[in-house]
Amino acid sequence: MWELNSSQMLMLESVRRMSREVIAPAAARIDREGVFRTDMADMLFEVGLLQIFLPPAYGGLEQDRCLMFCLCIEEVARACASTALNLIIQTAGLFPLVEAGSREQQEKFFPRLSEGRELIGYMVTEPEAGSDVAALRSRARSVEGGYVLDGTKNFVSNGGVCSLASVLCRTDDGGLSFFVLEMETEGVVRGKAEDKLGFRGSNTQQVFLEEVFLPSHCLVGEEGKGFEIAMRDFDATRPGVAALALGIAEAAADAALRYAVERRTFNKRLVDHQAIRFMVADAWTSIEAGRGLIWRAARDNDRGRKNTKLASMAKCFCSDTAVRVASDAVQILGGYGYCKDYPVERHYRDAKLTQIFEGANQIQRIVIGREILKEEGRSGR
Amino acid sequence: MIPLNDEQEMVLNTVRDVVRDRIAPRAAEIDSKDEFPWDIVEVYAQNGLLAPLLPEQYGGIGAEYLLFAMIIEEISKASPSAALILIAQADGFLPIHSRGSDILKETYLPRLASGSLSAFAATEPGAGSDILSMKTRAVPNGDHYVLDGRKCFITNGSIADVITVFAYTNPARKAKGMSAFVVEKGSAGLAYGKNEDKMGMRGSVNSELIFEALAVPVQNRVGEEGEGFANMMETLDGSRLFAASQAVGLAQGAVDEAVGYARERVQFGGPIASLQAIQFMVADMVAYTEAARMLTYRAARLLDEGKKRQITRFCAMAKFVASDTAMKVTTDAVQVLGGYGYMKDFPVERMMRDAKLIQLYTGTNQIMRLVAGRDIFRGD
Repeated sequence: MWELNSSQMLMLESVRRMSREVIAPAAARIDREGVFRTDMADMLFEVGLLQIFLPPAYGGLEQDRCLMFCLCIEEVARACASTALNLIIQTAGLFPLVEAGSREQQEKFFPRLSEGRELIGYMVTEPEAGSDVAALRSRARSVEGGYVLDGTKNFVSNGGVCSLASVLCRTDDGGLSFFVLEMETEGVVRGKAEDKLGFRGSNTQQVFLEEVFLPSHCLVGEEGKGFEIAMRDFDATRPGVAALALGIAEAAADAALRYAVERRTFNKRLVDHQAIRFMVADAWTSIEAGRGLIWRAARDNDRGRKNTKLASMAKCFCSDTAVRVASDAVQILGGYGYCKDYPVERHYRDAKLTQIFEGANQIQRIVIGREILKEEGRSGR
Repeated sequence: MIPLNDEQEMVLNTVRDVVRDRIAPRAAEIDSKDEFPWDIVEVYAQNGLLAPLLPEQYGGIGAEYLLFAMIIEEISKASPSAALILIAQADGFLPIHSRGSDILKETYLPRLASGSLSAFAATEPGAGSDILSMKTRAVPNGDHYVLDGRKCFITNGSIADVITVFAYTNPARKAKGMSAFVVEKGSAGLAYGKNEDKMGMRGSVNSELIFEALAVPVQNRVGEEGEGFANMMETLDGSRLFAASQAVGLAQGAVDEAVGYARERVQFGGPIASLQAIQFMVADMVAYTEAARMLTYRAARLLDEGKKRQITRFCAMAKFVASDTAMKVTTDAVQVLGGYGYMKDFPVERMMRDAKLIQLYTGTNQIMRLVAGRDIFRGD
């Protein structure tokens, strides 16, 4: 269908080996301990996975960055979804700087995001603004020499461990604007770390902005352009979320198949029962279909074509697939699947988040529907 | 809907009070600490809820299956894990009650109604869905049997005072060569393996039991030799009804959370309850929960009426419909609550973890479909 060149193949092969040999053996413990692993993030920096969207001079990829981003996420997620999430958060966080940052901002921050190995958060969601991004209330008031930020940001991934963040606030013009924020700035207060169903090795935290003064040069892009930047950010990262879900689905499907060929009931292999064989067939079919959507969404993004519809389709379809496949995997492993000695219950808990974050699947369907209507030349509002 | 008499209403009111005052406030903690809730066992004992199915002469209240199903449902709205204690208890004593000798019944049943716990031990590492492939043997030796084998995933296993164990007395005869025995905690030759660390239903204990040359007196055999499998199957009909009730209660609990949240949560300028996508989701959640409840009550009625021909099929159907419903409803409830639903500050993620077990235990839903499917084609 699509070909990768030899250097891309080489990169994927090394990511695959690292995932299999280093990340996978740590995954159960990362989940159990529920603590963010700096060593894992460092390793992702080491092999360049957190820099993919940066310009090549800073370790980014010259071509096919969205596609390679997705394929790498998938490989890491097959081993550990919590670890793979870092690729998405880092990319979402640095995207406004890549897309709209001034030369000064890029020269200042890109070295820190590459050799400096600093993590950058992405602060958009608020207690009253989840799916409804337009409802966000955090303010950035213009004052002499800059802005004063006030508000509460929720569910900030890596919020407790990042040193930088891209934060979306409402400016005096009534529109939304991005700012690059040093987390050590006075008035930035980190709240509690969330206790989650899954993705337990990822850090999710509330962040309060209390009269935070930022000099004018912290504004990223123009005032009022934040929403647009956020939407373009989604176009790049949603295929990544789809790949995250796909990796989880594949991990669950692999574990289920391994078990189904070993386990014998009623004098035959589990996989020789039609009810089980069909579950396997459905899992593989959905995984392949999801992979196709991801490739198309990522390819279009890399070629500068509008991919909003395909990105949402990929995110929605792959996350629904992950939940179903992981649920079936637990079912195939039966009582063993429900216990923490086997990985599938973790895959199932992890899968559920992919239906919720980076736009709940209900929002994806709204987007898909709207884009279809637009393409048909009809109003999608 | 289903008319209840005054006494049944009274029992259910007591259960509702107990759930509100003692169980609901503990549900999150039972899950997070994964500790068996002895305080709740005591509350059950004090309120006559440990073994309501038993006749009064043994300390029960002679509850019909329907009433017990409703009790399980009420408790499961708040904590399916707390309800599972009563289900495992019933699974343990029903084989004794239905086929045990008078001496066996008089010895054990009153204890189980007043505070002792029981367990039902059939599953083995190599015998889950395919229960006939079990390896545990009971070999007669004078006035006792010698029991050898290993059981796993036994609910209440390591804390039960009285365990109903299934073993082959004559493996060559397969289903007709299996027998049931009552084994007491503390018997020489009974060892405990690990308790499982589970995704959900935390607080409920699932243990490995190891029998090594364990001597069981002949009088502790339940019924005749070779009656074990039939006894197990009859017990499992009831057990599947209880699992269905547990699933219905759990689904209702999740519906209540989702509806409450959707009313309060404002996005896009209004409560999300005003969005069609949410209304449709909630409409499905409520409709499927009601349908599952009706099928479950129907199965309970059949058990109460002793309609042997239909019991197995309806108990199996109720179990898979109700637990598939609970799985879908709890997953959608997490979706309705969004990011909050994924966090442990809200109960729906726990409900989703709990729901998955009901699709698996007391016969996976694949086995339920097998049982129902075969029965349908066998014809009436």
